[in-house]
Amino acid sequence: MDIFLLEAIVNGILLGGVLALLALGLNLIFGVIDVVWIAYAELVMIGMYAIYWLHVFYGWPLLAACAVAILGVALAGVLVHRLIIAPILDTAPINQLLATGGLLFFLQSLATLLFGTNFRNIGLKLPIIEIGDMFLSYARLMAFVVAVLGAILLWLFLSRTFTGTAIRAIAQDRQIMGLMGVEPKRVYLIVSALGGGLAGLAACLLVLQYDVHPYIGLSFGPITFMICVLGGLGNLLGGFVAAFIMAQIISVGGFFFSIEMSYVLAFVFFIVLMFVKPQGLFSK
Amino acid sequence: MSDRGRFLPLGAAALALALVPLFGPPSYVMHMAVQILLWSFIYTAWSIMGRFGLVSLGHGAFLGIGMYVPALLWNLYGVTPWLGIPLGVLLAVLSALVIGWPCFRLKVVGHYFALVTLALTEVARLSIIAARDITGGSLGMTPKPVPGGHSWWALQFVDKAYFFWIGLGLWLFGLWAWRAVDRSMRNPALEAIAEDETAAAAIGIGVTRLKLEVTLISAALTALGGAAMGQYLQYLNPETHAGIGISLQIVFAAIAGGMYAMLGPTVGAVLTLVLTEALRIAFGTTLIGAANTIYGVLLILFIIFMPRGIVGLIEERLRARGAKA
Repeated sequence: MDIFLLEAIVNGILLGGVLALLALGLNLIFGVIDVVWIAYAELVMIGMYAIYWLHVFYGWPLLAACAVAILGVALAGVLVHRLIIAPILDTAPINQLLATGGLLFFLQSLATLLFGTNFRNIGLKLPIIEIGDMFLSYARLMAFVVAVLGAILLWLFLSRTFTGTAIRAIAQDRQIMGLMGVEPKRVYLIVSALGGGLAGLAACLLVLQYDVHPYIGLSFGPITFMICVLGGLGNLLGGFVAAFIMAQIISVGGFFFSIEMSYVLAFVFFIVLMFVKPQGLFSK
Repeated sequence: MSDRGRFLPLGAAALALALVPLFGPPSYVMHMAVQILLWSFIYTAWSIMGRFGLVSLGHGAFLGIGMYVPALLWNLYGVTPWLGIPLGVLLAVLSALVIGWPCFRLKVVGHYFALVTLALTEVARLSIIAARDITGGSLGMTPKPVPGGHSWWALQFVDKAYFFWIGLGLWLFGLWAWRAVDRSMRNPALEAIAEDETAAAAIGIGVTRLKLEVTLISAALTALGGAAMGQYLQYLNPETHAGIGISLQIVFAAIAGGMYAMLGPTVGAVLTLVLTEALRIAFGTTLIGAANTIYGVLLILFIIFMPRGIVGLIEERLRARGAKA
């Protein structure tokens, strides 16, 4: 097989890890609160800027900056829920999607206002790994490993802890679980913090590979939504698998065509599949 | 209220408006007026389906298709926009059909529908960027100007008055289309569908067909508005005229004005354009992004506190007063 094609496939798997992490956070929020945060990728952008400024401007060690970014975006997640989602939780779900759309505008232009439209990167030069004749980016490999570890941790939390069980129970039945002594409001806040935290973690992994700028959310936001819908909105495992499928289309498509065409392919694949399996790839 | 009584003042107002360019207002005022008219038309086109719970984020695609098809045909083959615009509208309607028909058959609704249509918008934006050899990619493109700048054949005019009249005509056409949907049996049926789709189907309403009809009308009008906008601006850009940003902008202006009332989207267009201009003048170019920050916050507040928009609120107040009297 062509070595460059193989390289594209491996890179696709690595990209899939980060996309899977993004999809997990969004899916968790959707599955439990029944809300689509259309500004999810913009929260990631805020995290990336936080890391950039703490690390480059204030000279913090990278790991400390990342930790603060994760906590900061988790807090932002709580605020999004308290300030935007909670007041309109009882109205049609589309209202919540659109309200977070207002947040998307706000965060994008706030970033432009504060940081300008320059592309900024943290200037970290990670080595390139050579396997056989393939060149792989260390940053991508690390992102993949951390993303998978994050997913496993989330799974352990959801399946092994009381809070995790309560979260899964709420996702299954809002009304009944309230009667069983689970406080939905508290669970919603925890889930929003978790979703935000996952966005923060994704920010740490993305800032190693990409320059940050106010519109970066647009380059991986839409694809994340498609992944979630493809996996079945709220279906964590489905989203996880769908992320790797989409990443493969993007990476291998980029090898054969241009990078934009590969995204077009991914979206067209999504649209076609919606008609074959409207409730997601893994619906029965 | 009788229809005739309601339309007489509107007709008089339209006639008065049509005379405005004859008094030679400043170019800046004309520029704002043309933009308000064209965006009003586009927002009205979106609301024609949006008011029935069909919240589409795919209108960025229809707008972009309507803009780019005539411009590309003109630049590459010298085809007149008189032919290019209908082709663009046709292509937009076809893409609406490709997305809409399966969506409505399979009962893809609510935020699922919004996200599927968002995919269509991204396909349009990325395709335009990918075809950068002919579209100029993210840098945008300009339809080839005619010598002298004035030509009916090329639909290019130096004098903004022509676009004012075109915009006025389109805007009135949009309001007429809104009324036409209202007057046909479609409106009560579509409202029933928005309320409860299964129940509507049970009493014999052709859910799929009706939703599709209103979607195709909306897509066609949006593409037409996009074409006019492209001819007026003489500059097309995939980032600002296709994609998620413009789709959300359309939705928000419609919501802010009030998407359930005929003049709501128009009020939304006036509001958002005046606001954007006011903020631009207030902050100048030193604080890029300041205007949109305020815009974003306002949109969130609107959705939380005034989901029926300004016109919806006014209607509510009037009704309350009427009930008291």
